[in-house]
Amino acid sequence: MKVDCLIVGAGPAGSLMAREMARQGHEVLVVEKKQEIGPPKRCAEGVTKHWLDDFGITPHPQCIGGRIEGAALYAPSGKKVMMEGPQMEGYVLERKVFEKWLASEAIKEGARYMVKTQALGMERSGDIWHVHIRTIEGEDVVDTPLVIGADGVESKVGRWAGLATVNKITDYHSGIQFEMAGVNADARYIHLFFGREVAPLGYAWIFPKAFSANVGLGILEKGAKMRAYDYLIKFIKDNPEMFARAQPIEINAGGVPVAHFTEMVAEGVMLIGDAAQLVNPIHGGGITRAMHSSLMAAEVAGEALKKGDVSKDMLAGYEKMWADEYGERTRKLMKLRYFLEKLEDKDFELFADILQGEDIYALTQSKIGFLVKKVVTKPALLGLAKKYLLD
Amino acid sequence: MVRVVRDKCCYCGGCVGLCPVDAITLYETHLEIGAACINCGICVKFCPVGALEGDHEG
Repeated sequence: MKVDCLIVGAGPAGSLMAREMARQGHEVLVVEKKQEIGPPKRCAEGVTKHWLDDFGITPHPQCIGGRIEGAALYAPSGKKVMMEGPQMEGYVLERKVFEKWLASEAIKEGARYMVKTQALGMERSGDIWHVHIRTIEGEDVVDTPLVIGADGVESKVGRWAGLATVNKITDYHSGIQFEMAGVNADARYIHLFFGREVAPLGYAWIFPKAFSANVGLGILEKGAKMRAYDYLIKFIKDNPEMFARAQPIEINAGGVPVAHFTEMVAEGVMLIGDAAQLVNPIHGGGITRAMHSSLMAAEVAGEALKKGDVSKDMLAGYEKMWADEYGERTRKLMKLRYFLEKLEDKDFELFADILQGEDIYALTQSKIGFLVKKVVTKPALLGLAKKYLLD
Repeated sequence: MVRVVRDKCCYCGGCVGLCPVDAITLYETHLEIGAACINCGICVKFCPVGALEGDHEG
């Protein structure tokens, strides 16, 4: 079988890329190893509305599990800081529907899909990759000049292409989540909980949907005394006002890359989304970055296929595009992440006193310098802030 | 070699992305640890639900 472009993985990154490539007139095949596109999710499903609007993506109404007006952040004592405003509006998606809808959008443009189809390996001869796949009908080989690794945190495409995509455990959250019914929390907001005993070097969350909520947390192993699962059970037990009647209807787990180390292109290969570790290092959100990477990669890939040049040098245009848009921002967010990892519970209380919602929004947008001024009267924090936040 | 506790594994694939020697593969819902495993224990430390067990102590 021959195609212009083989996309491994039918998540948001893979299917948006497929839509773009098919729209440009290229013959695209998407292979998805699961028998069903979508579940099990590895995700809290939150996405900001303004980002989708900016990129002209209007999810089908069935993809929307809940509508969100803002976020409530809680220090360990329970002290709350609210984040609201148009920038904070968002959706809690129904990923299992959203991913199928994105696939349908790609199929509308002419993309081909194969499910329950695992990529097993690939080798190169001349300018062509031969990708071995196993389908429900047996093994086959796909010949293509361009392989897109949209295969998530477990990316094999990157490894097969010789890229150093291995994540480091110091920069990779261990994530666990129950989707629960019967949660008592204001469904207009996502709720984020901080503290060393709650979710060391991460946070716990409640992302409400129409009749359920994603209740989960992410931690870094180096700060943890027990497993992510145990922290989640503790979180639920410690908060009976929210969870007394709550019961799980789904369990989810996953790894979240909170640093971007890997190269994104090789000869005839591009990595997008989680496969390229494109996640916001502060909040761990990856959907919008993944989809943005698809749009950038498709622009460069389309040009490359048209010119008949899928060399690493040509595809590097995508990596540069990414770096121009996100490089500096990600570098600052990494500094902020390292700073936050140094904080004790008492420091979170302090921040709950001195920071407003808009300050925290600014931080998530990588505007971090002002934090040093904010903590100027707090000597212990000032030292840390100067060390980690100033250039 | 690391073992998979099938009753616990949620086949999230998170461990796959950490393996320094590419010894782990997730086949749909079946996590497989290959012969390349060097028993480094990184995946064991990561697993959110404790579904991976190594040979070594500590």
